[in-house]
Amino acid sequence: MNWHAVRAIYLFEMARTKRTLLQSVLAPVITTTLYFVVFGSAIGARIPEVEGVSYGAFIVPGLIMLNLLTQSVSNASFGIFFPKFSRTIYEILSAPVSHFEIVLSFVGAAATKAVILSVIILATATLFVPLRIEHPVWMIGFLLLTAVSFSLLGFILGIWADNFEKLQLVPLLIITPLTFLGGSFYSIDMLPAAWRTVSLFNPVVYLVSGFRWSFYGSGDVPVGVSLAMTLLFLTVFVALATWMLRTGYRLKP
Amino acid sequence: MDSIISISALSKTYASGFTALKGVDLDIRRGEIFALLGPNGAGKTTLISVVCGLVNATAGSVRVDGNDIVRDYRAARAQIGLVPQELTTEAFETVWNTVCFSRGLFGKPPDPAYLERLLKALSLWSRKDSRMLTLSGGMKRRVLIAKALSHEPKVLFLDEPTAGVDVELRRDMWQLVRRLRDEGVTVILTTHYIEEAEEMADRIGVIAKGELILVEDKAVLMDKLGGKQLTLQLVVPITEIPPALDRYGLTLGKGGSTLVYRYETGRNGESGDSAIAGLLQDLAGAGIACADLHTTQRSLEDIFVSLVNEPALAGENGSEARAAAEGAR
Ligand SMILES: Nc1ncnc2c1ncn2[C@@H]1O[C@H](COP(=O)(O)OP(=O)(O)O)[C@@H](O)[C@H]1O
Ligand SMILES: [Mg+2]
Repeated sequence: MNWHAVRAIYLFEMARTKRTLLQSVLAPVITTTLYFVVFGSAIGARIPEVEGVSYGAFIVPGLIMLNLLTQSVSNASFGIFFPKFSRTIYEILSAPVSHFEIVLSFVGAAATKAVILSVIILATATLFVPLRIEHPVWMIGFLLLTAVSFSLLGFILGIWADNFEKLQLVPLLIITPLTFLGGSFYSIDMLPAAWRTVSLFNPVVYLVSGFRWSFYGSGDVPVGVSLAMTLLFLTVFVALATWMLRTGYRLKP
Repeated sequence: MDSIISISALSKTYASGFTALKGVDLDIRRGEIFALLGPNGAGKTTLISVVCGLVNATAGSVRVDGNDIVRDYRAARAQIGLVPQELTTEAFETVWNTVCFSRGLFGKPPDPAYLERLLKALSLWSRKDSRMLTLSGGMKRRVLIAKALSHEPKVLFLDEPTAGVDVELRRDMWQLVRRLRDEGVTVILTTHYIEEAEEMADRIGVIAKGELILVEDKAVLMDKLGGKQLTLQLVVPITEIPPALDRYGLTLGKGGSTLVYRYETGRNGESGDSAIAGLLQDLAGAGIACADLHTTQRSLEDIFVSLVNEPALAGENGSEARAAAEGAR
């Protein structure tokens, strides 16, 4: 292992985060706070308890998931897209660094940032609603696995995208809608039967469900299914990223 | 021969279908300064990019100090520093951070003392805390050189190092290259300026249209094709060269007022000099008086013209050589 290289890339990426600290932390915190104010307090007051918890508390896992997914994807995609765009990636490609080390450092940095943000949002949530976490180890497990999986997806996206539009369009047109429709703000049991079936094709449902289970002990699907799906995403994204680096897809002519 | 880089039968066809390298064989000797000379689009950057791992080869293999660039990529790449043709830098990073980053990337533990010496040698020390975006083009190029040298490579690639560079940096760069060579670093530079290759290189390879058409020691190349020429300014123009002077193979200039004599230098230098003494005597004997005379060393540029006119010297690739010479000029 070339640990010096992993450290160099990881710290470089974290330094980039630090330079944009205000916008990268403040924006999600403000948005989440707005969600709590609007859904948790204003509307939530008129909504009865969902699965035995107040609506405000019910949406917390979904909100964190929403942030975790979008942040993981956007951090990681930008992290690899930018050096590709500015051509500084020549240095990484010419360095004695393995594919695994490249992924580890870029994805590690993106996931770290996404996890830190999630923790900040969780802390913000406690200011608005009473929270309980029934399965903290599972909660941390889901948090880390999802952060890593979707940072990998972002990494893949960043390599694939050949312009800024594509880089921003995919999260906007795919990730965000899937998350909103993935049960972040409702239990899919509330949907008509037909839509419930359709929802099961939305991968985000499994992520949100498992994450909510680790908080309140109940989810839309069994927690084992959620874990299996999370691991499946991880495997698929690892395979895809490995293939891209091995063939030099959009990195090496 | 102890070669640090061995390239064999290397070909590259880009996805567009364009073949940029056509079976290149080349050995770079340990510790030499090698100039890869060729016109724009000849395939110089492609060749370097394959060796450095930036471009996948279509066929052939490359070994760096015995390590295959694909199978033993770590060992191969750890020895190489690359200064790319384009000025590509991380705009928001400081000079110091970016150089530390490069060293780490190549697997070396931090060594602030070495990096300080390096930045000082490149006149960058006073700017070490400046962000890259505040630097001029010349300064950025210095930083790219510092980055390439940050991990103390055994081989340094300089892709068109002096394109668009001011005189001062060019001079500094040549000094640096010579010093690196003295320290045992192998330097491979590409250029489309003949003077640059002539001034700097120990050996020269000429590449055109993806083919390496000539690789030669610069001295041998100069020797083989070079030589000097003596130009005699005549007091009275003549219309034809007297038969008594036939054996010198003189050429008569325009208007009959100059005579040009070509002779070999190098190992044959002395015989050339004694021939001149004989020539001058014979001229006097033929009643031709000289007002002035001067000698000139033929440059690589002239050599290229020779390659064009005497295709046999360049082997069967004479026409390619002509293209190279024309492109290079
Ligand atoms: N990524 C690429 N795709 C297709 N053709 C390319 C690519 N990169 C370079 N080429 C072509 O390959 C040829 C050699 O390019 P290059 O190696 O950059 O030449 P040089 O460095 O000698 O100027 C050029 O004709 C160039 O257009
Ligand atoms: Mg080039």
